[in-house]
Amino acid sequence: MTVTVLLFASYADAVGRSSFELDVETGATVKDVVEKVRAMSGHDRLPRALMVAVNERYASRDSEVRAGDEVALIPPVAGG
Amino acid sequence: MYSAIVDSRIDVSALLARVASDSNGAAVLFIGTVRDVNDGRTVTGIEYSAYRSMAERELASIIAEAAERTGSTHIAAEHRLGELRTGECSVAVVAAHPHRGLAFEGARYVVEELKRRVPIWKREQYIDGTREWVRATSSDVRLADGPTIGVLADAGERK
Repeated sequence: MTVTVLLFASYADAVGRSSFELDVETGATVKDVVEKVRAMSGHDRLPRALMVAVNERYASRDSEVRAGDEVALIPPVAGG
Repeated sequence: MYSAIVDSRIDVSALLARVASDSNGAAVLFIGTVRDVNDGRTVTGIEYSAYRSMAERELASIIAEAAERTGSTHIAAEHRLGELRTGECSVAVVAAHPHRGLAFEGARYVVEELKRRVPIWKREQYIDGTREWVRATSSDVRLADGPTIGVLADAGERK
């Protein structure tokens, strides 16, 4: 199944793009998605520990993702 | 209750008008502005960007939480995106209540949670022409080394 990975700010700069489609196994968790992204060429510049939102809500590492989900890798926020 | 992510100048008078009511004895207005120095470096401006749809959703959630905590729905906030110069207003929060204590508490809650949870980032521009992403300003969202993912999930589930 396919999910959409979104990257922002310093993370988008680190890998040179802000979104892409990723194939993952059915039943994959947030942690699986992050590990698969970091295993891609050049993507190990992303930190191992990062925050993730699935469909615009913060998600824990063990949450399962579903086909078509929007999985966003969230750098430390700095609004204000 | 009102919240928005905007691309142009924040009108704080209009924001105050949104929470005006004869039942309120107090209104607190917080304004965040672009400072000219950070960590000893001269800052000329800040570029704000966001995960816009999530930022709108998260800010609206925070406003609703503040209303529940204070018992007043007279709370409003705007955060601006784009390139801002020093001295310009990047964020404004207003909270009104019959009594001042809960007006202060409501405004404080929105500001602190916004800085902790709303997916907005800033890149500072320095007088020497360089630019850098600003690190998190709240210590509790800095992540320790290790594969901790989704540390904010607990905060989200508290809603």
